[in-house]
Amino acid sequence: MHDSEPLAERDPVEATRREFLSMVSVICGAAIAAIIAVPCVGFLLSPLIRRAPRLWRSVGPVNNFQVGQTVEVSFLDSSPLAWAGVTAKTAAWLRRETETEFIAFSVNCTHLGCPVRWLPHADLFMCPCHGGVYYKDGQVAAGPPPHPLVRYPVQVYNGEVRILTSPIPTV
Amino acid sequence: MSIKSKTKRCLEVIEDRLGLAAWLGPIMRHPVPRATGWKYVFGSATLIAFVLQVVTGVILATAYVPSTSQAYSSLQFITHDAFLGNVLRGLHYFGAGAMVLLIGIHTIRVFLMGAYKFPREVNWLSGSILMVLTLGMAFTGQLLRWDQTALWSVVVGAEQAARVPWIGTAIAHFVMAGDTIGGATLSRFFALHVFILPAGLFLFIAIHLYLVVKHGISEPPVPGHPVDPKTYRKEYEELLRRDGVPFWPDAAWRDAIFGLLVVVVIAILAIVIGPPELGRIPDPTILNAYPRPDWYFLWYFSVLALSPHKLEPFIVVLGPTLFGLLLFVLPFAGSKGERAPSRRPWAVGSVIIVLIIMWTLWWEGKRAPWSPDFTAQPLSAAVVGTSTGPVAQGALLFHQKGCEYCHRIDGSGGRRGPDLSTVGERLTKVEMTIRILNGGFNMPGFATALKPGELDDIVAFLETRKGAVPRSVSNSETGALQKH
Repeated sequence: MHDSEPLAERDPVEATRREFLSMVSVICGAAIAAIIAVPCVGFLLSPLIRRAPRLWRSVGPVNNFQVGQTVEVSFLDSSPLAWAGVTAKTAAWLRRETETEFIAFSVNCTHLGCPVRWLPHADLFMCPCHGGVYYKDGQVAAGPPPHPLVRYPVQVYNGEVRILTSPIPTV
Repeated sequence: MSIKSKTKRCLEVIEDRLGLAAWLGPIMRHPVPRATGWKYVFGSATLIAFVLQVVTGVILATAYVPSTSQAYSSLQFITHDAFLGNVLRGLHYFGAGAMVLLIGIHTIRVFLMGAYKFPREVNWLSGSILMVLTLGMAFTGQLLRWDQTALWSVVVGAEQAARVPWIGTAIAHFVMAGDTIGGATLSRFFALHVFILPAGLFLFIAIHLYLVVKHGISEPPVPGHPVDPKTYRKEYEELLRRDGVPFWPDAAWRDAIFGLLVVVVIAILAIVIGPPELGRIPDPTILNAYPRPDWYFLWYFSVLALSPHKLEPFIVVLGPTLFGLLLFVLPFAGSKGERAPSRRPWAVGSVIIVLIIMWTLWWEGKRAPWSPDFTAQPLSAAVVGTSTGPVAQGALLFHQKGCEYCHRIDGSGGRRGPDLSTVGERLTKVEMTIRILNGGFNMPGFATALKPGELDDIVAFLETRKGAVPRSVSNSETGALQKH
């Protein structure tokens, strides 16, 4: 062995062969990594590739809601997994503005997503985390939120108030 | 043949076939400078805390169900029903805290003693990656304690990621494993916490230890003796030849004793204090939440609350990026020169400043004066001074309209806005009225939320708030107190 190595190195054909074999081995390794990685990365990215469908979910008959009041409603996400448990639901703050007009606010503070609370006597939404405050129409009243509360699409259909399932709002 | 000689023969055969002692012996006995002392124990103690985390984590995983719907009840089982379950959770909780604390102390020690300089730059880099991975473990670990706080922490984490330009929303949905929190969310964090991040930790611990042995443990710095890459290696080898001792056991015994101390303290805390109680169920429709990070991120919670609003997107995204960049640039920017803290006032000063800032932010995070105090109770008649009339009515409205969530009166209420215990001395009736109606300085306007009579009552109540003395005290005593 020890004698053959220097000999082979001196041999240009042997040297080229070794170079070629190294290249083949490295390419094989890269191919193995790619074959494993592509489906794995694809699987992890699936939430970005397969978006959840958006559905209208009923939150109750129109008559359940009084004009001028804001109440919490909740609805099922559009395609919850069987093991989602309580997290299959999303909450919203629903305000009946007039006989025909509803506003559905996302509960997520536009600062960093904490759930805002409705204070019915003060007509304010307040966030427990970093102190964001909003007026009843969702406009920012105080604190760090950069935007008004996000509104979900809402409609009245066959006497039921329906909210369109939506992603958690991001800035 | 005696038993002793038989055992010896047996060990010789094993060693002949495996060669473990021949391989590990020289590594364990590699020479280290004699003068290393108790300052050098924090790295190994971090490793011991990590081993504790791995073992207790694996055992917890035998009972924990990483399912969004069942994790909470499996945690209840571990905490309240399983034999020694509470202790095990406690060990894992305090072990996590110990690991974060120790890696922080180790980093500061290495920085202050200039041990990151030539030729140990990559030791520092691998250590920096280990610190980032450890913080990742701390964050994901808090989320696996799948209660209401964990749920909202995922949302807050995703919303921060969403601040990244262009791809922010995609990262947020990647983090939550969907558009919203759902069945897939927890499984992902579980895989991250028990497979992906630990794999990274194992890999970089191996690299870190390999480099520690390769370059040797840094000698204690000597003032006036700067690192010169041209001569350093030769000097270090000379030092080891002259005054080196084998790591095992001449230096390792201190690591063993300190490691034992760390584990004993963790065990005592786990048994005496126990793990944090689970919060409410992780139901996104329960909106009476009060999410707070565990102690090691409490300072960052303050950063998020106190940043100037316009600068915040930059702070949230650029802050961690710059911090990471600094960690990576440091050993190359400062690979030469003095190592002794006494010759590096800027290094010492910056550590002190960073620690003071973090401590202050941590303390503020604990108080969270920016959060409304939703637990504030209506002011008692003793505080109000009367139980009838407009003043009493105003005091009641002060609570009902949410004023008290942000303003304190005689020790009751939030700290968000100014303390109003003596507002009657500072502001006139007109000034109060204008402020309440229009808001300002981070206060909402109440023009549409108050009826005229209600506004008058609140102002009437606030006008009585004069002097920080109980209203039952007689006038003569008040006069005496006010003179002080």
